[in-house]
Amino acid sequence: MASHAVVFEPTPANSRGPGLHRFANPGRFLRLSEALLPWLAAAAILLGSAGLIWGAFFAPPDWQQGQAARIMYVHVPAAWLALSGYVALALCSAASLVWRHPLADLAAAEIGPVGAAFAAICLLSGSLWGRPMWGAWWVWDARLTSMLLLFFLYLGHIALVRAFDDPTRGYRAGAILALIGVVDLPIIHFSVVWWNTLHQGNSISLFAAPSIYISMLWPLILATLGYSAGFAAIVLARLRAAVLERRIASLLLAEAARAEHASFAAAPAPAR
Amino acid sequence: MLTALIGREIRLALRHGADSVAAVLFFLVVSVLFPLAISPSPAVLARLAGGMVWVAALLASLLPLERLFGADYDDGSLDQLLLSGLSPVAVAAGKTAAHWLLTGLPLLVAAGPIAIMLRLDPERVAVLLEGLLPGTLTLSLIGAAGAALVLGARRGAMLLPLLVLPLATPVLIFGTAAVAADHPRAELLLLAALLAAALPLCPLAAGAGLRAAAGS
Repeated sequence: MASHAVVFEPTPANSRGPGLHRFANPGRFLRLSEALLPWLAAAAILLGSAGLIWGAFFAPPDWQQGQAARIMYVHVPAAWLALSGYVALALCSAASLVWRHPLADLAAAEIGPVGAAFAAICLLSGSLWGRPMWGAWWVWDARLTSMLLLFFLYLGHIALVRAFDDPTRGYRAGAILALIGVVDLPIIHFSVVWWNTLHQGNSISLFAAPSIYISMLWPLILATLGYSAGFAAIVLARLRAAVLERRIASLLLAEAARAEHASFAAAPAPAR
Repeated sequence: MLTALIGREIRLALRHGADSVAAVLFFLVVSVLFPLAISPSPAVLARLAGGMVWVAALLASLLPLERLFGADYDDGSLDQLLLSGLSPVAVAAGKTAAHWLLTGLPLLVAAGPIAIMLRLDPERVAVLLEGLLPGTLTLSLIGAAGAALVLGARRGAMLLPLLVLPLATPVLIFGTAAVAADHPRAELLLLAALLAAALPLCPLAAGAGLRAAAGS
């Protein structure tokens, strides 16, 4: 199977490929990620808990929404990460379609469940936030609905990637689906906003000064950095596991082939 | 070549008449379920009719998708088609056109009477059909891309709605908004814009899916 062949070759540490391809080598990826993973995990725990504790206990309550607005520190970073996770998924998919790189395939397959989990956190915390604010567990508001559709896009990708007996077929199909999804996502968002909105407007946008008080912005930024590091750490750990799993599978295959070969060689020639 | 492919699809569908009528029958039966489930009151139905027709049409156009490439994939004629000199994109486009002619067009014909039975305001029936024309075309395009992706997957038929329905929500939103609006020009133009975007992109994706399916 073609998918097993690539991760099997151990590469010498000093070999240099052109440009970014250097980082796309599975052996080098394993070494690099091993060094990177503890730092990312520590940053995730430190920054995330700092942001969340600051937000939960020390940041001022919202003048309108009171204490309930503190859910924001859980909800908003999850929404951002779910969205940027899908963009990362699409970038990996584009890389896998263009360069046919197995690491990009694996990365796309591993980002899917993590992104879906962040979308689920966003939906659940949004629902908990909606209960005191809107008086209902679920409101068909534009951004909640487009997050729900993003969650479904993630689920479709997860199910499609894992639905084939030949994993490479799953990666190809999943990559094409992710590219369709990333083109459709802004259209879905626009159409849902058109359809209905009673959500509060964005408090923070890239193109305008934030309309949120600075003492609430800092914990939000910290929590977002923590979430991002956590997202990267989980994806990296899953990716390492997937690469190692592949490697073990191909080693077992090679072992079995060698044993079979040996048993053929040892057997006496059949009598005529 | 492309017309020969579309002609083949239509001949096949006519000889297996039951398969092609199934989607329209599904559309009719589901539309009858709505008044039974909700209310026979004309006032209630008239408010909901546009949405009900659109949802039923969306689900009905999903129905034949699994066989769109699936039958040819199973018996090997998909490989023959891809060897015929047509590019995979052209094969996908031809199949999509055939799907629309065999599913979208009959749905369009059936939607008018159904909408009147659901007590939709007669003036809005024309808007509904105007919206369904680009709408069903876009659904066929998105659906064909989804169908090409699930070729050879386990439980492909169950996977297909999960892939296609979230992608198709903009079509549903603008289509139903057009029926509800007093001046539906903007919504209809947006539906046309969706069609214009899907027209080049979806066959491209479907062609890539077909190439992946044939390559393995």
